[in-house]
Amino acid sequence: MSFKKLLMGAVYTCALSVASAAGAAELTVGFSQIGSESGWRAAETSVSKIEAEKRGIDLKIADAQQKQENQIKAIRTFIAQGVDAIFLAPVVATGWDEVLEEAKDAEIPVVLLDRTIDSKDDSLYLTAVTSDTVYEGKVAGEYLAKTVGDRDCKILELQGTVGSSPAINRKKGFDEAIAAHPNLKIVRSQTGDFTRTKGKEVMESFIKAENGGKDICAVYAHNDDMQIGAIQALKEAGLKPGKDIIMVSIDAVPDIFKAMAEGEANATVELTPNMAGPAFDAVMAFKKDGTQPPKWIQTESKVYLPDTAAAEYEARKNLGY
Amino acid sequence: MDNAEPLLLSLRGLTKTFPGVTALDGVDFDLRAGEVHALLGENGAGKSTLIKTLTGVYVRDGGSVHLQGTPIAPADTADAQRLGIGTVYQEVNLLPNLSVAENLFLGREPRRFGLRDARRTEAMARDLLVGYGLDIDVRRALGDCSVAVQQIVAIARAVDLSGKVLILDEPTASLDAGEVVTLFAIVRRLTARGIGVIFVTHFLDQVFALADRATVLRNGRLVGTREIAGSNRLDIVKMMLGRELETETMKRHRRQVVDAPPVVSARGLGRRAYVQPFDLDIRPGEAIGVAGLLGSGRTETAKLLFGIKQADRGALAVGGKPVRISSPRAAAALGFGFCPEDRKTEGIVGDLSVRENIALALQARRGWLRPLGRTESRALADRFIRALDIRTSDAEKPIRLLSGGNQQKALLARWLATEPRFLILDEPTRGIDVGAHAEIIRLIERLCDDGLALMVISSEIEEIVAYADRVVVLRDRSHVRTLEGEAVNVNDIVRAIAAEAVPGAAA
Amino acid sequence: MTSTLPGRLSFGALPQFATLAAVLLANWLVFPDFFDLRLQDGRLFGSVIDVLNRGAPVAILALGMTLVIATKGVDLSVGAVMAICGAVAATMAAADYSLVAILAAALAVGALCGLWNGFLVAVLDIQPIIATLILMVTGRGIAQLVTEGQIVTFTHEGLIAVAGSSALGLPMPVVIALVLGLALAALVRLTALGLLIESIGVNRTASTYAGVDSRSVLLATYMISGLTAAVAGVIAASDIRGADANNAGLWLELDAILAVVVGGTSLFGGRFSILLSLVGALVIQAMNTGILLSGYPPELNLIVKAVVIAAILVLQSPAAGRLFGFLRRS
Repeated sequence: MSFKKLLMGAVYTCALSVASAAGAAELTVGFSQIGSESGWRAAETSVSKIEAEKRGIDLKIADAQQKQENQIKAIRTFIAQGVDAIFLAPVVATGWDEVLEEAKDAEIPVVLLDRTIDSKDDSLYLTAVTSDTVYEGKVAGEYLAKTVGDRDCKILELQGTVGSSPAINRKKGFDEAIAAHPNLKIVRSQTGDFTRTKGKEVMESFIKAENGGKDICAVYAHNDDMQIGAIQALKEAGLKPGKDIIMVSIDAVPDIFKAMAEGEANATVELTPNMAGPAFDAVMAFKKDGTQPPKWIQTESKVYLPDTAAAEYEARKNLGY
Repeated sequence: MDNAEPLLLSLRGLTKTFPGVTALDGVDFDLRAGEVHALLGENGAGKSTLIKTLTGVYVRDGGSVHLQGTPIAPADTADAQRLGIGTVYQEVNLLPNLSVAENLFLGREPRRFGLRDARRTEAMARDLLVGYGLDIDVRRALGDCSVAVQQIVAIARAVDLSGKVLILDEPTASLDAGEVVTLFAIVRRLTARGIGVIFVTHFLDQVFALADRATVLRNGRLVGTREIAGSNRLDIVKMMLGRELETETMKRHRRQVVDAPPVVSARGLGRRAYVQPFDLDIRPGEAIGVAGLLGSGRTETAKLLFGIKQADRGALAVGGKPVRISSPRAAAALGFGFCPEDRKTEGIVGDLSVRENIALALQARRGWLRPLGRTESRALADRFIRALDIRTSDAEKPIRLLSGGNQQKALLARWLATEPRFLILDEPTRGIDVGAHAEIIRLIERLCDDGLALMVISSEIEEIVAYADRVVVLRDRSHVRTLEGEAVNVNDIVRAIAAEAVPGAAA
Repeated sequence: MTSTLPGRLSFGALPQFATLAAVLLANWLVFPDFFDLRLQDGRLFGSVIDVLNRGAPVAILALGMTLVIATKGVDLSVGAVMAICGAVAATMAAADYSLVAILAAALAVGALCGLWNGFLVAVLDIQPIIATLILMVTGRGIAQLVTEGQIVTFTHEGLIAVAGSSALGLPMPVVIALVLGLALAALVRLTALGLLIESIGVNRTASTYAGVDSRSVLLATYMISGLTAAVAGVIAASDIRGADANNAGLWLELDAILAVVVGGTSLFGGRFSILLSLVGALVIQAMNTGILLSGYPPELNLIVKAVVIAAILVLQSPAAGRLFGFLRRS
């Protein structure tokens, strides 16, 4: 047990010393990251480093390997080191009050990234920077409504994993956006489990069910991976995704930009991995003259179109997605 | 005597039947307070059925059980425990990953504020074990303790839970001599406290060392109960094997054993804690009988020769050439065959057909790349079905549907198909009806006449006398005597097994 | 009654084929165009083809799984092995190796995974469910290491053709599954391997005592399972032109086990039929495709699937068999 602790300590020290190699900086920020659970998470870490460097901030990143206890230890280490601010991407929503209270007592502002916590006391953190998955769905819907115009449009929807919150919210936002346009209608909706394989399989059956695909006007996928699978299925059935069929999805991973550059997809709504940028700005403003940021900073859910696709692909392909 | 010590437990006319078998047939059994009462009998005699019926594992079909004069009918082992009857099995069934203290008080831990009070549990465990002369760290995991300590912990728990009757089911089977002495001391301490102990064992020495009385069961029936003080080993063995020494010895068909070099020749072959080193020569056309009580090392000798267990000392030569047999496969390659005692779990491959079962050993020897064709294996099976008169409606019938005798014959056929030179049969007639019994014995004689070397293990002494040219007698895992010529008779064999006052048997 | 192999099929296989027919009929009822086929670019298109094509990976997994289950074992690692082999294939394809090299490497890795499982089960005598759980859990981690945590995509013509091309109008995965199925059936039935596997599955002790080399047979069985998982993994990677270490083959080990069970091979080992396991895989995929075609809300997917499977297993249970026998007699 004590050996394990020692090892943990050593790991943290290493991680911290490596990450703090930026040198004499104005601000030092400790970032307790969840771990490398997905490509998006890896990109978030890379982007955070880039954003810190841009602002001359010394960023210390501690990888919690998906464990809350590691995150709590990391925060305590940050407090002991007297960092200027702590970023926390909480792995779970509860159980943070005690350690955040300690940070508050040490007068270190805490910013929540990407996910929020359940706590009655919202003075425990300065602000939360998160995306809004309902809004992402809404943006996708509005893009489609604008692109389609007045003609009738049969939409196929590839849902995320049944019951997951992004799937529920991205559906909700999209439905809200197209509710005002009676010419837009979702005719089939199935889950593709957020994966390419399932996206492809579901699209194959959609094509059979919808008159060989001739009546399909648009495909909305809850993430880009399913959309990439769907594009393959459509192409193999002799259809032309991106041209005859409008393809819109969410996430903005590198491969969808490749598809857009090749004219096979039309739009993707970004779930930005840049949560740290707005957080740094909020902390810097707060440190400078005590400016209180809003309790919730919503990241941009920007629509990317084929015209910038090639450049975006180049910019993103090395972020670790 | 009877009125001196009150009856603690009294079983009258206990009967238990299973489909097709009467496992207990009107058995009477008494236990006095403060006595050790040994329960003896060969495999299938009904000992474990009696224990299980007594402790509520089985529901009895007839008879009565009185504990201190009150009729009882325990619904399960926990119920039996509440009534005062605790059982300790050979395989300690406690939880090896919990500590000694936790095991002792599992399910009845002292509590404080509704939580388990570990410190008090440990103190209580220490106090309890001191009474057993055991001074160990009660926080150690039970699995880390020796089997003997585990056994004592199990006894302590059982006595603490029940406190009137303690059943020890083969408690010494995996203990060494020193541990047995310790265990016996503890048992004596318990009896001094007035606890009655039922002691199930195969070891006659231990019965004479510890028990006050012994009850012998055979085929589910009570043979009798004897005061140990007034009996000798021979009496008890006779009761167990069910032989009257006056019985006319069966006429034996004498064979002319060829004075050929031995097929199998063992010198000092043995394995630690399994079988003591032994010498053995078996010639073609010779049948060696192996006699001894259960647990005496009979089956172990067979398994050592067939490579199921590997010898760690001594030498073995087959056909004059030294060999090491590392697996049954290696043994089969040398021309050995083995029909195990436990036909169902070690012999037949139940769901496969009679044909496939007969062809299995031959197929295994040929390897998977050289399959026996369907017609070939069919012809093979049909030949043996006819030759051994295996009664089955069809060679494609799953072998598990056949009767025990026919399964045994099919297993014999499995090995005969490989044209072996040495065949080991372990209890070939067990659980087989009388008709098939005689057939198998005739078959054994025929095989010897054909020049096969045979080793036959059996509890049926008369059978051994009928076909064996020599008889090896085993006791306590060692080969104690070899009887030849005129000495091959029921009387001498039983005496050798009982091993009382048999000169030279001490080796 | 003689139960020669064809004989066994004609009697014992009735429930499996009846089940398949029933599921196909149900699909036709919820989607009347289910049996429509059209030819496009020399390749057949239609829902039935989708069933065959999408069912191919599970069918291929079920081939190896049948043998493992027949030995009274189970291989939980096949999904993870798919991910590893897919990752190896995709990574090599991205680095532009030849198709032969890619296939050789992926199959070698699959065989190695099978050998590891076989070693744990046959030599160390670990219970199969635990032994293969090890690779099931760590396998995705290994695949992540190979892909460095990314979805590796490729444009390798040769590898894309593994799932993307067609032969005799059928998608290549279907052809591969059929050829593999026939080859494996020939391997076990034309040699004594099938008998030895069944024998070990029914009673390993008795088989060993009869001189059967149980260890080698078990090793071979798990290795075959590793190889079939490798083939399925390459097909899955080829299908999406990439390797997704997190999701490739996810939960497919359960579909494969289900396919074998629906195919009538008992989890207690013993008698097995490769052909019927293929039928079992088709039943499962026909059901999946049917659900997708039906247009029911996705929340119902798992419920529909569970109800259908429960019905199938009840119909195939010995109790139901006795009931039918009784009804037929009376």
